[in-house]
Amino acid sequence: MVRFEGVAKAYPAYRGKPSVQALQDIDFAIPRGSITGVIGRSGAGKSSLVRLINGLEKPTAGRVVVDGRNISALSGRELRLAQRSIGMIFQHFNLLSSRTAADNIALPLEIAGWSKTDVAVRVSELLELVGITDKFDRYPSELSGGQKQRVGIARALATRPDVLLSDEATSALDPQTTRSILDLLASINRELGVTIVLITHEMSVVRQLAREVVVIDAGHIVERGHVADIFTHPKHPITQSFLAEVLGDGIAVSLASRLKEQPVPGGQSVLRVQVRGTDAGDTVVSRIARELSLDVALLAARVDEIGRQHVGSLTLGVPGGETTERQVLSWLSQYQFSVERLGYVA
Amino acid sequence: MSRDLINLIIEATGESLFMVSVAASLATLFGLPIGIFLATSRKAELFAAPSVNTVLGVVVNATRSTPFIILVVAIIPFTRLIAGTSIGSGAAIIPLTIAATPFIARLVEAAIREVDGGLIETASSFGASPLQIVFKVLIPEALPGLVLALTLAVVSLLGYSAMVGAVGGGGLGDLGIRYGYQRFMPEMMLAVVVVLIALVQTVQTAGDYLARRVNRRLRHL
Repeated sequence: MVRFEGVAKAYPAYRGKPSVQALQDIDFAIPRGSITGVIGRSGAGKSSLVRLINGLEKPTAGRVVVDGRNISALSGRELRLAQRSIGMIFQHFNLLSSRTAADNIALPLEIAGWSKTDVAVRVSELLELVGITDKFDRYPSELSGGQKQRVGIARALATRPDVLLSDEATSALDPQTTRSILDLLASINRELGVTIVLITHEMSVVRQLAREVVVIDAGHIVERGHVADIFTHPKHPITQSFLAEVLGDGIAVSLASRLKEQPVPGGQSVLRVQVRGTDAGDTVVSRIARELSLDVALLAARVDEIGRQHVGSLTLGVPGGETTERQVLSWLSQYQFSVERLGYVA
Repeated sequence: MSRDLINLIIEATGESLFMVSVAASLATLFGLPIGIFLATSRKAELFAAPSVNTVLGVVVNATRSTPFIILVVAIIPFTRLIAGTSIGSGAAIIPLTIAATPFIARLVEAAIREVDGGLIETASSFGASPLQIVFKVLIPEALPGLVLALTLAVVSLLGYSAMVGAVGGGGLGDLGIRYGYQRFMPEMMLAVVVVLIALVQTVQTAGDYLARRVNRRLRHL
């Protein structure tokens, strides 16, 4: 549906600012009907990447092909026609303050030259689709963030695009509203078959909605594939750091302050077990207890589900000194858990 | 004050209003597109033409920095060419328009620049042409600012229109100079000032009200 072929994007030096190589060697395809997350830190090149898809930016090398058309080569009227089949939603909604919800949704239709009656019919369909029919005559200043983004989504879908680009669309929303907007996007993808490309710096957004993920850093794609594969076995440090954010891989302060580097007589070894893509994560403690007849303490745990797989870490306190520690370690390695010893506690 | 003098004031007020309203309309007609162009023609903007932008900017600044009374005198040949005469309220419209056009252009530029750049990007993202962006996004979104800008321009024009009185332009300024100053009638001078104050108040109040009416960023109207 969308294909990047050897794409690079550089911004020339301007007013004393040096030139910036925003993207380099971008080669990948976004399949029709998929939901693809593009995740990266601020300044990684995400915004440039998404703006190449709808022709708001031109690549300095390579080409971007959307639905068989080389969007990078289009300009003027041809480009404007192509843009009507690509919708976009924004972090700050970008609604016209001078227009009501319904009139904001009507804007792309007016621009495309639809007749007044057709516009009215389509707008009421869209208001219903995004669930804000009763807000049709409200101005953006009278709407909540979630309602504004619903107007934004309806507006982006007005001309029945095949692709919907989302530029940090939930970053300005609270977690609950974010969830409802992501649910709406999921149902739009499911029911209308719209291909969705999500730009985000939030791992939780990718995890909740996307099936494919592209991790970009400093203008390069560092990892990509199915969400479940990438986040159960992250290879690049950037990917690992995104994962750590959702899983909270840090050590709790209360535990960290008690950690000792040398074994404490009568104390416990503190082991952190990584749970990655197995379904055994949630039963580790009880199975160690049963199979090794050993009571291990669960000091901290964070297990989450990503792409129907358990991902997370358990921090265990193992009593009984070196012998039992070795026993536990060999049991864990038998099931291919990766383990590290954080230290010892009394 | 005698009936005759009151009639003089009414007549002069009519002349002033005529000059100001015609000049304000013409200056808006020219100033609005110039202002929009100034606001959208720098590098990488909607109608990017940086060198034209710079030249136009210099012309606008030059006109604005010329003292009005000097402008009036300097363009007398031009005024005569257009209006057939350089005396009277009709002729005064020409220098008033020339002075107000760059003023309005700068105010319009400022109001248009206030519009969030994200909205231009948004409209482009669904395939709006530059002209559609101007008419469907920039002007409606800048409307409260534009209304206030025009209000300010009208108020300034009232001041300028009093100045053209000094060179035979008619209107309230002319009346104030000839009767109030040269014939030494302080009550006439006072009356002229009071009328001008009332006019400015009315224009400003109406402008503020209108700007509030078109401003949808405020919740309660």
